[in-house]
Amino acid sequence: MSGNNQRLAIFPTRMAQTTMKLRLKGAQTGHSLLKRKSEALTKRFRLILGKIDEAKRKMGKIMQGAAFSLAEVTYATGDISFAVQAAVRQAQLKVRTKQENVSGTMLPAFELYSEGNNAFELTGLGRGGQQIAKCKDVYAKAVAQLVELASLQTAFVILDEVIKVTNRRVNAIEYVIIPRIENTIKYITSELDEQDREEFFRLKKVQGKKKRDRDVDEQARLARLAHAPEVDEPASILAGDEDGDILF
Amino acid sequence: MAAAATAQFKDRNLIGIIGDEDSVTGLLLAGIGHIDAKQAKNFFVVDAKTPKEQLEEAFSEMLRRREMAIILINQHVAETIRERIEEHEDAFPTILEIPSKDHPYDPSKDSVLKRVQKLFGSD
Repeated sequence: MSGNNQRLAIFPTRMAQTTMKLRLKGAQTGHSLLKRKSEALTKRFRLILGKIDEAKRKMGKIMQGAAFSLAEVTYATGDISFAVQAAVRQAQLKVRTKQENVSGTMLPAFELYSEGNNAFELTGLGRGGQQIAKCKDVYAKAVAQLVELASLQTAFVILDEVIKVTNRRVNAIEYVIIPRIENTIKYITSELDEQDREEFFRLKKVQGKKKRDRDVDEQARLARLAHAPEVDEPASILAGDEDGDILF
Repeated sequence: MAAAATAQFKDRNLIGIIGDEDSVTGLLLAGIGHIDAKQAKNFFVVDAKTPKEQLEEAFSEMLRRREMAIILINQHVAETIRERIEEHEDAFPTILEIPSKDHPYDPSKDSVLKRVQKLFGSD
């Protein structure tokens, strides 16, 4: 399809030529801007990639630590899972999304916030309250880490999409739009040149004819003078002698 | 398309969890558990006997809910419904794979990292 560079259907005038040249300029500027945007986004993308990788490994370790503290609780208090699940009401930890503008794209970031009071304040007052509190703390920190990771991941997914779209546009401009405009300009220029040549040729032809006509008249006048040299009438305005075309 | 995604996330603020009993208990202890007016919970406990369809159902249900911002899922559970997870390509809700007590984190199985590998080869 990239070999099929058609031109735009347009009437070849000088104004059209100027318009096309302006459009070409516009397309080239747009192309370089988009390319720069794509590069900036890709750089950011790779940065996020590295961060995600690192964060995931860290998370593995944190979750292990958290699981361990839960085991401690179970050891001290017995199995608390049923009590915990039953006690769920409103979430205390929620996330807020805030938007960050990166090269024209709004990237979301998650922000952890706590709301309401602690539902599990009364849990473990019987025994092991300290372990439970510690476990809760560890898990809360783990959640904070996880939220950060989730932010990175969402940014990653959205950036991925945006980069693809931008690259598609860059390629479209580079391989379709610009060649098309260039072809149109070439076509208009060649048509205008052709018109000029036609004009020039016509001019030459007419001049040639005029010259021949003048020569014929000259011959006729000389012939007349030769036959009747005394009769010399002044030219009469009313004689009906047509004026020749004035050619510049 | 990006606009549609960003328009959705204003109300998303819950963290959901699908995992084994220990992971769920610990995270609930931290305070992410939520029961709404319709008695819908944002957590789902999975054990060795949970059938795959039930898992898929719970997963789809969480995806459908518009208040979910993040879904945490144990990696071994994610393995069972791998196709569903890879199908999910939207930014919201974000799916995060976490290790469990018996299954340490394996980066080679993570969907997101696999997508990354696809894009960049062995970068």
